[in-house]
Amino acid sequence: MSDLQSQDYVRRSATTITPPAARSHEDQVAKLIDVSRCIGCKACQSACMEWNDLRPEIGHFEGSYENPADLGPSVWTLMKFAEYENEQGNLEWLIRKDGCMHCEDPGCLKACPAPGAIVQYANGIVDFISDKCIGCGYCVKGCPFDVPRISKVDHKAYKCTLCSDRVSVGLEPACVKACPTGAIMFGSKTDMTDWAGERIEDLKSRGFEKAGLYDPPEVGGTHVMYVLHHADKPSLYSGLPDKPRISPLVQAWKGAIKPLAVFGIAAAAIFGFFHWVTVGPNEVQEEDELEADRLLREMKEEEEKPS
Amino acid sequence: MTRPERAFTRYTTANRVNHWINAGLFLLLVLSGLSFFHPYFFFLSNLFGSGQWARAAHPWFGVGLLVSWVGMFVQFWRNNFFNRDDAAWSKAIVSVVKNDDEHVPPVGRNNSGQKAVFWAMTLLIPTLFVSGLLIWQVYFGEATSIPMQRVAVLVHSLAAIAAILVWIVHVYAAIWIRGSVRSMTQGYVTPGWAWHHHRKWFYQLASGQRVKTEPRKNP
Repeated sequence: MSDLQSQDYVRRSATTITPPAARSHEDQVAKLIDVSRCIGCKACQSACMEWNDLRPEIGHFEGSYENPADLGPSVWTLMKFAEYENEQGNLEWLIRKDGCMHCEDPGCLKACPAPGAIVQYANGIVDFISDKCIGCGYCVKGCPFDVPRISKVDHKAYKCTLCSDRVSVGLEPACVKACPTGAIMFGSKTDMTDWAGERIEDLKSRGFEKAGLYDPPEVGGTHVMYVLHHADKPSLYSGLPDKPRISPLVQAWKGAIKPLAVFGIAAAAIFGFFHWVTVGPNEVQEEDELEADRLLREMKEEEEKPS
Repeated sequence: MTRPERAFTRYTTANRVNHWINAGLFLLLVLSGLSFFHPYFFFLSNLFGSGQWARAAHPWFGVGLLVSWVGMFVQFWRNNFFNRDDAAWSKAIVSVVKNDDEHVPPVGRNNSGQKAVFWAMTLLIPTLFVSGLLIWQVYFGEATSIPMQRVAVLVHSLAAIAAILVWIVHVYAAIWIRGSVRSMTQGYVTPGWAWHHHRKWFYQLASGQRVKTEPRKNP
């Protein structure tokens, strides 16, 4: 969202040098969303709009509690409602607050071609520096969670900042502040993991045997974690990926191909130059011209010879 | 233009104008495209005003290139069918590279290297165009699925790298074989050039002298 010098970068998009790292001994932060305590009131959505001054366009009723219908350039968090019939034939209403997961290994940052348009602070927050965004949409391809959205107005990518501006001055994110049931917690990642452990034990004691923490290791863990009653099936929660990972296509594109291509292109140019220096230009000689003229003359004479 | 009277026309005015439009667009695409490909090259986006401008302009250059290439294809496809001479020429590629032209078999208007460049671009430019459309965020960002975009962006970069390599070979060959650049800027070559590099084409033009009223026009 904004370029805050009060926190250091540990990762910076499209950058081949080490970002300034002297002040990187910050606590890793995390937001813990306890799905089992969420009542779907959308206070977090309102608080997000309020703090970040976002006003999405008013849409249409789509027959669902989800409102608006999808994340957007000005919808950085969204309550998603899923109706699930469990094995006992009972209806479970699974409500999940969707938004950026703040991956430890962010696919968006890996894919971004604009230097410094996506950064990760030492505390783990992944932030879009809109000023440097070029609007290419590569972050959309890099993200395993389908989170970034490109504005049609200014052609920039937007997503949840984890209220990096609030966190940097010691405040909790706006959604955490607003949540009336304490379903959204914020603190150091270790504290949040410990707290989640207690919650999971409690859930297990109440019959949710598969309760667990969603902190997917495939992306190095996330700085937004969920306590799920059905941690064995994250996809029940409006398509939360079971095994989120940066697509191997994106890995290839932003991994091996990049240096190989630069090397290949440079090698071709250098090879050409040294061919010029060693073998040299291929020039038509005077003899070629004389031979060509002789042949042309001969053929003309042949033609003009009376038959 | 101080064109010698005995010169052969190699490229017509339409050929040349089309070629240089094509070349200009290709260069703009390489400069803007590389800037999104590797951070080393991001500074190139400043040539277009900024990263945003480069991102906005790049697809339009691409549309231009496709249109231009259709023109190139229509004008040149007939000259680029592979034949038996090409096999013999290709076998002698080491002699070609060493300028050992006495051991290079005679070829017609184009050699197989030139034909390969033509067909490579004929394959790569439409590939780049289609994969480029799929990742054209402004217009097609929401019309294409993300998994499809991931495939498209990979195909697009691989095809672009291939096209750049073909282009480097093409440009270097034009510099290396003296007289080629003039054939594409001023349109003509000397009979000695045709005799030396494209002997069968030389005989074709020379024999055409007898039947055609305009002997130095392209066959």
